[in-house]
Amino acid sequence: MENPYIPYPVRIDEIKTETEDKSLKTFKFVFLNPEDEEKFSYRAGQFAELSIPGIGEIPIGIASSPTEKGFVKFTIFKTGKVTSYLHSMKEGDIMGIRGPLGNWYPWETLEGKNVVIIGGGFAFTTLRSSIIYMLDPENRQKFKDIHVIYGARSPGMLLYKDELESWAARDDLNMHITVDSCDDPEWTHHTGFVPTVTEQEGPAGTEDTYAIVCGPPIMIKFTQPVLDKLGYSEDRIIMSLENRMKCGIGMCGRCNIGKEFVCKDGPVFTLQQLNQTPKEY
Amino acid sequence: MKVIRIDKNDWAEGIEKIRKTYSLIGPVKEKFYHIFANLGSGQMPDMEFTNSRISPKYIIYPQSEIILKCSMNAEEEDYKIYREPEDKEYKEKAVLGIRPCDADSLPVVMRNFDTDEYKDPYWLRAFETTTLVGLACDAPCPSCFCTSAGSGPYNHKNLDVMLIDNKDHYLAEIITEKGEKLAEAAGWQDKAEGIADEIAKRKSDAESKIESNVHTDNLAKQPLLDLYEATSIWEKAAFACINCGTCTYVCPTCWCFDIQDEVYGREGFRIRNWDSCMYPLFTLHASAHNPRGTKLARLRQRFMHKLKYYVDKYENGIQCTGCGRCVRLCPVNIDIRRICNMMNSYDPETCTCEATVS
Repeated sequence: MENPYIPYPVRIDEIKTETEDKSLKTFKFVFLNPEDEEKFSYRAGQFAELSIPGIGEIPIGIASSPTEKGFVKFTIFKTGKVTSYLHSMKEGDIMGIRGPLGNWYPWETLEGKNVVIIGGGFAFTTLRSSIIYMLDPENRQKFKDIHVIYGARSPGMLLYKDELESWAARDDLNMHITVDSCDDPEWTHHTGFVPTVTEQEGPAGTEDTYAIVCGPPIMIKFTQPVLDKLGYSEDRIIMSLENRMKCGIGMCGRCNIGKEFVCKDGPVFTLQQLNQTPKEY
Repeated sequence: MKVIRIDKNDWAEGIEKIRKTYSLIGPVKEKFYHIFANLGSGQMPDMEFTNSRISPKYIIYPQSEIILKCSMNAEEEDYKIYREPEDKEYKEKAVLGIRPCDADSLPVVMRNFDTDEYKDPYWLRAFETTTLVGLACDAPCPSCFCTSAGSGPYNHKNLDVMLIDNKDHYLAEIITEKGEKLAEAAGWQDKAEGIADEIAKRKSDAESKIESNVHTDNLAKQPLLDLYEATSIWEKAAFACINCGTCTYVCPTCWCFDIQDEVYGREGFRIRNWDSCMYPLFTLHASAHNPRGTKLARLRQRFMHKLKYYVDKYENGIQCTGCGRCVRLCPVNIDIRRICNMMNSYDPETCTCEATVS
C-alpha cells in the first residue's frame, strides 16, 4: 500500500526573490533520490504539499513546467507559519514535497484551440507553468493563438520579469502586461486593471477560444462580466481555486465546495461547474 | 449461518483464551459512563451497558496519531526525512460488545479512506486487523433511529460475530471468516440449532422499540443548491448552535482531521488529530479569508455533508447510522432527525418544510 502522506525528500537548490517588497520568493527544488522525480510526474495546473519537518505542510501550485527537467519550482508568498519559515530557509536545506496533487488545466480539450490566460498578482504561478508548457517547441503547434494578460500592482510586483519580457518579444504569443499604476516614464506596457485590459485586448469568445483565469477574488469578480461580454460561455472559462487544505488527497474534509474537494476534484474547475456548487471558496 | 451457544459461565474462560491471539477492547464503566477501553489482564468487558457516550471510532481511527517521524539531529541519516514510524504495530485486536450502529459506521467512513486514487494506510491497516464481536441491542434509547438510517439493533452485516444476550447464555452468530477464527480461538463450538425463529422474533421486537426515524427518500432528488440556500432551515438551527463541536466529536461517522507537526527532543513528528467542521479555524485561510466564516455556514456544512453531499457522492445512503449520540449530547438540542426531515421535505418553491421528528 503506497502511503500518500510521505513526502519526497528534496534539497533547496536555488532561492530567488521575485518582488520588490521581498514577499515572494521562487524556490527551485532538486529531488534527493533521482527516481522520485519520475514518480513526481505532473501536468501544468497541479499543486503539491511543501513539507517542512517539524513545522508543517502548505499546498502550493507548481510553477515549473513538466517540460523543464531536473527540478521543480514553486513561488511562495510569505504569509502564514509554514511560508514564513520557508522564507527563512537557505539553499542546500532539506525539506519535502508531496504530490503532484489535484487535477490540471484541461490540456486535451485545449488542443487546437485559442487560449487566453488571464492572471493577477501572485496567482500567476501555475500560469507560468502553462505558458512554458505551451511554448515548448513540441507543444506550440498544438495550440492556435495564445494571449496572456497579466497584471500586478506595480512593475516591481510582477513575477518572472525576465521571462515576461522574453515572451513579450515573441511573435507566437500575444503578451499584455499591465500594472495598476506606474509613474515610470520608461514603462512600455499597459497601465490599468486586468479586467479593463482584458476588455481592450482580449480575443472574442468564440467556439474555439478558452480562457484560463487565475487571480485574487476581486480580479475574478470584475473579469467575469468582461468575459461574458466578449462572448465566453461558462464551460470555456477555466478557473483554479484555493482553499485551506491539509491532506491534499480528499480525506481530511475541509476544502470542499459542496461535494467536490478543491484538492482532489479540483483545483481546476470550469465556471459552469462552479456555478453548480456552493460558493465556499 | 452458524449460531453458537455460549454459556455465561464459560464466557470468561473463552475471553481468556482469545487474549493469547488478540488484544481486547470492550465496554468499561468510567465514572458515570461507558467507554471502549483496552481490557487489561483479567479484566472483563461490562456487557450490561446501553452504549458508550463517545463512539468507539477511535479504536480504528485514534483521536491523535503519529503518522510520520523523522530525526531532527543533523548528524543522522533521516535528518528531516519523514518516514512511517517503525514502531507502529498492527496487532490483531478484538472489539467486544460493539453495537451494530457503530459497526455500521465503519463502511460509511471507509468510503472516505479507501478510494481508487488514494488509500489511507493507517485507517485501513487498523480496520483489517480488527475483529468485531458485536452485541445486539434489545433496549434502544428514545433518541435512536438506526432502523431508518441504514442500520438496526440486530444488524449484523458489518460484524464478524454478533452476540445476542439470552439470559444465562449468549447466542453468537458467526458471520465472517474472521469471526470463525475468533470463535475457534475462544473454544466456542456448542452449536445452537433450531433457534432461527427465536432470533427473528427478538430482532423484530428490538426493531419495534425504535420509536423515532428519519425520512431520507427524497434527499437524493433535492437539488443541492436549493438545500444549500434553504435559509429557513439553516437560520433557525444555527441561531441556537454554539459551535461546540460535541456532535462531531461523539459521532461514529465524522472523520475530518487536521495534520500538525511537532518536535520533541531530537525527533520530529507529523501527527493526525480529529478536527471538526464546527470550528472557524478548520477552513480559515492564511490571508484571513474564511469560506465558512459564519456559524450558519459551519452548521450547514455538517448537515449538508452527512445528508446531501455524501448521499450524492457515494449513492449509498446518508453519512449517519442513527446512533443518536449527537441528539442526546447537543447542549442546545439541535436534532439531526428534525433537520433531516426538513431537508427531505423542503419545497424550494415555497421555502417550507415539515419540522417534525416522527
